Amino acid sequence: MAAPPSGVNLALLDKLVAALSAKGLVTEAEITERQAITDRASPEIGARMVARAWTDPDYYALLMRDGKAAAEAAGASMAGAPELGVLENTPSQHHLVVCTLCSCYPRALLGYPPGWYKSFAYRSRAVREPRAVLAEWGTQIPDDMEIRVVDSTADYRWMVLPMRPAGTEGWSVEKLASIITRDALVGVALPRVAGSD
Amino acid sequence: MSAAHDGSAPRFAPGAQVRVKDDWPETRGPCHIRTPYYVRGRLGQVVRPLGAFPNPEDLAFARAAPRRQLYHVLFDQPPIWNDGKAGDTVMVEIFEHWLEEA
Repeated sequence: MAAPPSGVNLALLDKLVAALSAKGLVTEAEITERQAITDRASPEIGARMVARAWTDPDYYALLMRDGKAAAEAAGASMAGAPELGVLENTPSQHHLVVCTLCSCYPRALLGYPPGWYKSFAYRSRAVREPRAVLAEWGTQIPDDMEIRVVDSTADYRWMVLPMRPAGTEGWSVEKLASIITRDALVGVALPRVAGSD
Repeated sequence: MSAAHDGSAPRFAPGAQVRVKDDWPETRGPCHIRTPYYVRGRLGQVVRPLGAFPNPEDLAFARAAPRRQLYHVLFDQPPIWNDGKAGDTVMVEIFEHWLEEA
């Protein structure tokens, strides 16, 4: 969680909102609605989407073709949100998402980004030495697997579609979703089956 | 993907070799650019066009913002970052006006 905002920052925020309102760029109602959408969003929505894509070929096809439509089908409010792109991990390719310019993150889907995602350390190191960063998360990517760092710089927000781990055959969508974490949807971790390695 | 298109076709197709312009607008005055410094002047390969979007360089200054084609462009990890491992890659969203044929 982010540190609580300071009084100085809250005062600045009030002034910014007042200035934007005075220019007719935003209304209080719009800000409240946007906060409510982000408050409702949660990595659990992304986890359900991945679990469904693992088990439903039609949903998988929708997810790869039109991420926003797939997110809305899973209950996310994507109105006004940027495009959602989905990066599919394969046996030969692992994706890791970072925003080196700021902190672009699929908020409408996953909620607020974790503090580390916004840190200078993650933003500068993920793009430059991804294997070292992943190793610190305990995530080992085989040497013969390409790590593709995805720098989220413009009009898409990106979510990783991890590979379904072995040992999950016959699992329900709910049980599958329970092993898909926020970190796996960013690419710093992999879904793990309890008891395996 | 459902990105809005403006009707103009993307200039670069998947697989096209491109070079990111070696341009530094921040040295000329206030600007807002989405092209990271570490790929400027570097060679990459177009992965796919992503659709056309209002140019953020204009949006940031509340100017009329014509749509520009956006691409996913792939770079080899070294030589962009020599800390990285050969075979690893970096994929970046880059607008068409930052790309030249290579």
